[in-house]
Amino acid sequence: MVECTECGATLAMNEDTEVGELITCGDCGADLEVTGMTPPMVQLAPQEEEDWGE
Amino acid sequence: MRFGLLYSLIRKEEKLLLKAAADRGVDVVKIDVGALTYGLRGATRLPPVDVVLDRTLSHSQALYALRFFASYGITTVNTPEVVARCGDKALTSIALQEAGVPTPTTLVAFTPEQALEAIEEIGYPAVLKPVTGSWARLLAKVSDRQQAESIIEHKATLGSYQHSIFYIQEYIEKPGRDLRALVIGDQCVGVIARTSDHWITNTQRGGTPTQIELTPQIKQIAQAAAAAVGGGVLGIDLMERPDGSLTCHEVNHNLEFAKSLEVYGIDVPGLIVDYVIASANRWPGVSGVPTVVPSPHSR
Repeated sequence: MVECTECGATLAMNEDTEVGELITCGDCGADLEVTGMTPPMVQLAPQEEEDWGE
Repeated sequence: MRFGLLYSLIRKEEKLLLKAAADRGVDVVKIDVGALTYGLRGATRLPPVDVVLDRTLSHSQALYALRFFASYGITTVNTPEVVARCGDKALTSIALQEAGVPTPTTLVAFTPEQALEAIEEIGYPAVLKPVTGSWARLLAKVSDRQQAESIIEHKATLGSYQHSIFYIQEYIEKPGRDLRALVIGDQCVGVIARTSDHWITNTQRGGTPTQIELTPQIKQIAQAAAAAVGGGVLGIDLMERPDGSLTCHEVNHNLEFAKSLEVYGIDVPGLIVDYVIASANRWPGVSGVPTVVPSPHSR
């Protein structure tokens, strides 16, 4: 379990969650990047940049 | 064989690729593109790897990171040369034209005056695109001279220098869809159509992926387009002209497939991982060059 950095909601982490994974807070909709698993940590995911894409 | 996955964020695609590698008994080292420092003789915090699959979101970061890796003797998929070509629409257009691959009429101009002249030469409607960028961002369908003048002025005034590289293309009256063909190595392995009521049919912008038959015509142009930019794991964007012929308008080097996986009907992540493994064996890094060298920064 980890706390959303934006709204404080409690988020469940799946067993197969990866560091670097993008998850979305079900309460506020914020995109969060998983920065650690032991202990679970998240931060607000980086915003889309102009050169992002395929 | 030590397999690295270079990433910005782990999205559904990257998780599927990690699973495909695990299913093949391959351990993958995840490498956060932003966590390294890249030196001329080695990168700090770069784990030992023989081959790197690039899944970086930022084109600029991918381009430099892969070029550094290549100089360290690490095989990369795709190569920095392919990434450079595919990440720049003008360079892609030149490569397609030089290889004789059908591509829409394209003009590039550097000043607002020449851009306007180029749009008038192409004729209305014309399409104005940023020369770099993806996900159909900032595309403009220009329907008349007044629109052209406004859009050009906005780009020149508000945009970065890159927005003053005016990339102008003929508008193709396509049948409400474009095609995305997937090429791995020298083989076109799948194709989908992306349908939308909007002229932009990118799935990032709401286009719906649908299954279509992989015809010899699609295979031929997709494989030729992939070869034109240097090959690898590539998404080839095609449009159907009113006469039924195909034209290639874009080649994508950082394939997204999560929204279309079931529609492709093939094991896309598995095929990519197999190709990366084969590439590591076929083009091993330069012998004798260690993959981890103490960075000059740490001395």
